[in-house]
Amino acid sequence: MTNRSTFDAAIATALADEPLQRALGDVPSGFVAARRRARTELPGFERLRRTARDIRDHTLAHLDLYLEAFETNATRAGSKVHWASNGEDARRIILDICRNAGARIVTKSKSMVSEEIELRGHLENASLDVVETDLGEYLVQIRNERPSHIIAPAIHLRLSDVADAFRAQHPHLPADRDLETPEAMIAEAREVLRERFLAADVGITGANFLVAETGSAIIVTNEGNADLTMSLPKVHIVLTSIDKVVPTFADAWPLLRLLARSATGQALSAYTTIVTGPRRQDDGEGPEACHIVILDNGRTELLASDLRPVLRCIRCGACMNHCPVYCSIGGHAYGSVYPGPIGAVLSPALAGPGATAHLAEASTFCGRCEEVCPVEIPLVSMLRKWRTRDFSRPASARSRALLRAWAFLAARPLAYRIVARLGTRVLAALGGSCGRLERAPFASAWTRYRDLPAPQGRTFQEQWARRKRAEPT
Amino acid sequence: MNEGYARRPRVGLFVTCLVDLVRPSVGFAAARLIEAAGCEVFVPAQTCCGQPAYNSGDSASARTLALQTMKAFDGLDYVVVPSGSCAAMLKLHYPRLMAGDTEAEAHARAFAERVHELSSFLVDVRGMTAVPGSFDGRVTYHDGCSGLRELKVREQPRRLLSTVPGLELVEMADTETCCGFGGLFAMKFPAISNAMVTAKCVSAVAVEPDLVLAGDLGCLLNVAGKLSREGSAIRCRHFAEVLAGELDAPPIGAGREGGTA
Repeated sequence: MTNRSTFDAAIATALADEPLQRALGDVPSGFVAARRRARTELPGFERLRRTARDIRDHTLAHLDLYLEAFETNATRAGSKVHWASNGEDARRIILDICRNAGARIVTKSKSMVSEEIELRGHLENASLDVVETDLGEYLVQIRNERPSHIIAPAIHLRLSDVADAFRAQHPHLPADRDLETPEAMIAEAREVLRERFLAADVGITGANFLVAETGSAIIVTNEGNADLTMSLPKVHIVLTSIDKVVPTFADAWPLLRLLARSATGQALSAYTTIVTGPRRQDDGEGPEACHIVILDNGRTELLASDLRPVLRCIRCGACMNHCPVYCSIGGHAYGSVYPGPIGAVLSPALAGPGATAHLAEASTFCGRCEEVCPVEIPLVSMLRKWRTRDFSRPASARSRALLRAWAFLAARPLAYRIVARLGTRVLAALGGSCGRLERAPFASAWTRYRDLPAPQGRTFQEQWARRKRAEPT
Repeated sequence: MNEGYARRPRVGLFVTCLVDLVRPSVGFAAARLIEAAGCEVFVPAQTCCGQPAYNSGDSASARTLALQTMKAFDGLDYVVVPSGSCAAMLKLHYPRLMAGDTEAEAHARAFAERVHELSSFLVDVRGMTAVPGSFDGRVTYHDGCSGLRELKVREQPRRLLSTVPGLELVEMADTETCCGFGGLFAMKFPAISNAMVTAKCVSAVAVEPDLVLAGDLGCLLNVAGKLSREGSAIRCRHFAEVLAGELDAPPIGAGREGGTA
């Protein structure tokens, strides 16, 4: 968790990190272009966004009903549903399940909720051998980092970083092996991970959606790793949160159609898996037990607040791909589990506002995030709401005083006119014949990087009044 | 009003504080264009629309300034703003600021109906197809975020620019990407803002224009300040200056010795 000064330091580090900058530079030609193509190829894309928004809003308005229906139907299908009001609850529930299963090795597919509750570290501290099976998450794990993007956790890494990490992590493999190409690296990851898949006692996945009508979880991946994670061990744990539920499969389809298109430009993720309970009598394979752990962690409070629309989020990452701030500093600089615009809105609600409200400042309110959001979350308004909540905090005293002084003046047109006349004349004089200031002590944040164009001299209102007086009436 | 149907529409010009303080020539250019569109221009005493307070979370100050601004423009047929950002504040956010106070909200909604961004007013309301200005050179146009995304201003300025004799409009890459100004953002996060305006200038320089145009002075001060710091010969102006042919004032931040564009 960051405060403003660690945030500033992280920003400076990120901007000076050339490999990171190169990786971020690929986002516009990658994710952004892919989404644009996908949007063009699907007539009615914008209509689909409104449908998706309505589905999410309807579900959120009746969340208790659908969560109870989900529990009933999941239980009927043989799953065990656990409710966790916070991260501590969820970690305890999951650790108990692992212990009861006598687990030593736990495989895990990608889950942002697990990042939110720092599950991996907690299980490792309890002497469990936890293996991330999503390639990006695996890289982040072996480099002892956090994901820097919610769908592309290792977006900040270069191929050479991956090769270095593999050599350090896999000392049992020949030191002179070829790790030059992505294919070679993927083959090595597949080899290493396959052993773990087969050896795992418990598999933990997230869920993209929970379907109330059948008690099913829908899980999408591009690597198929969630399928191996959930079907090979004897116990499957789905770790998810209360906002993931939808009423029916018919409601899930529009969301799935938008999710992949918004995230990677794919029509559908490579693997879309529907899990309904553990192995049944006639099933050839599958886990003996299926546990579904559903986390609240501040979401109920969000539901009751004016920030409710943020719970529509389906975690596609489009807002960060299209955010000029995210694309300048990357995900780690935010210091929060969820980075980018959605992270700036969601994180203070999950972590306590004092810790992360400053993230809402890091936006020009350019609005590209909400323009591409598949469920039309009004992210700019949500960010502004955080700024409003933050404005009265003692930490904001200095900016509050400056703003209030400006507002005081602006609310008194006569005083404003006098100060404006004086100020523009002084600045115009300082600008001299070149019309700009290269240094200005009162605006050093500006002039450190760019010149400050000087005022032309007299204010518009002053000149206009003079012209009007000179006109024949 | 009893002047009859031939009466020219009475337009209140809300110049914005940046134009008022930094670049009055944009205000005169806007006035000339509004007159050329067959309207009479009025400039009521005005200060700031309240957006800096609103976007900083100070709704109380923003409300005070919103009420003051609405009152100043009472009785005029239209309120025209040479800035997408400030126009969006008046048109979209004033009603939101007044939410909860039925009377004030109704007033803000009625007010919002009359508010237009300059190019949108000229094209969508007045159907303007010819402009007074002419310009011999290449220009590129940067879309200000609020105008583009909140007010859907995209074609209007381009359509007007296409009628300017001698002017060649070349589109730069990522014209819809924010320049990094963001009001107080540029002061609060100078390093990120710099990264963004640097990228914007790379896009602009790549199409080798004589002028970068935009509809918001905030973006223009940012881009012009960066271009001049980098020693570029490319100059910046508000599109209204080119459309109105008000080119006597030196380009933004260029000074009397700098550049003829």
